[in-house]
Amino acid sequence: MATLVGFIFVLVILLIIFEMLRRRHLREKYAVLWIIIGIGVLVLVAFPQLLFWASGVLGVRVPSNLLFAMALLLLVLVCLHLSFEQSQAEDEIRVLAEEVGILRLKVQELETRGTRDESGHSSDARGGGKPPETNL
Amino acid sequence: MTPAEQAQRTLVIMPAWNESEAIGNTIREVFEFGPACDVLVVDDGSRDNTAQVARDAGALVVQLPFNMGVGGAMRTGFKYAKMHGYHQVIQVDSDGQHDPRDIKAVLDGLQDADIVIGARFADKGNYTVHGPRKWAMNVLAWTISKIAGTQLTDVTSGFRAANAKTIRQYVDHYPAEYLGDTIDSLVVAIRSGCTVRQVGVSMRERQGGTPSHDPVKAAIYLGRSAFALLFALTRKKNIPSSN
Repeated sequence: MATLVGFIFVLVILLIIFEMLRRRHLREKYAVLWIIIGIGVLVLVAFPQLLFWASGVLGVRVPSNLLFAMALLLLVLVCLHLSFEQSQAEDEIRVLAEEVGILRLKVQELETRGTRDESGHSSDARGGGKPPETNL
Repeated sequence: MTPAEQAQRTLVIMPAWNESEAIGNTIREVFEFGPACDVLVVDDGSRDNTAQVARDAGALVVQLPFNMGVGGAMRTGFKYAKMHGYHQVIQVDSDGQHDPRDIKAVLDGLQDADIVIGARFADKGNYTVHGPRKWAMNVLAWTISKIAGTQLTDVTSGFRAANAKTIRQYVDHYPAEYLGDTIDSLVVAIRSGCTVRQVGVSMRERQGGTPSHDPVKAAIYLGRSAFALLFALTRKKNIPSSN
């Protein structure tokens, strides 16, 4: 009975992942990891002997401890991966903010220059907010 | 503009966060007492009218959409300087702590170094710091002096100038982390082959706020700066890009 519940649970999780992928709510690079974990757990649920065999090989006395250790390790790795992705995203946001700030100033300069040209003044006038020449 | 002037196009970068009280005066003083230059205020997501005040005082203003810290603001400034072909930049505090009369002296230092730091303790002025914070600053100064191969007494000073080579290096590698704008950026630049020297400047009282003398804060400051230093030292060397 417990096996059946576990099996169904994992299956539902896998289905949710596929559905999220299909709707593009989850990027592939994150999904791959979860799908691999899901299939791994599915195999373990189907053939619990595998766990006993593995703990025997690795010298772990209580097989469930091997399961817990593996789960913890995986979660730590996933967290690390997420922190990494988050840092990268923040970095990219920061660069965008810098560019937006500079572009805003640029737009303002172009607007004031535009109105100045329309009103017929020389655009050479020095003073406050003088737009410097750009070499991009 | 004469070619000689054009050869020395100078940008004063002022990171500002909620500084509407002091910034107007600071900008006017820079125009009055400083050399010929453009002033770029990087408004770091202020909630007051810092940007408007700065614009009225005659500065160019880049408004960042949210607060990114001094490091982020300076990165923006360097990027702007590179885009617009400035030959030298100098960072000046918007709170009036740095005397605009010293700008020329600091910029002149660029003739034989890539980075010039306006140092607060170099026998000029009467700026003092006590207790653990002072020890922290001494340890940092000693370590970075060793790396730079020159005597530096005030490595956390925000009053510093950079030439075109350093601007290019900064645009690629200026860190946005805590203390990145002072320690990390300096170490990375030195390791990329930029030379540093310091020029004594007098420091005035801040026009608002008080420097902290809380020992716990000082200890945290020391810890974080040691951390920043450690990472800066283990980072790879970068060669400034030529484009």
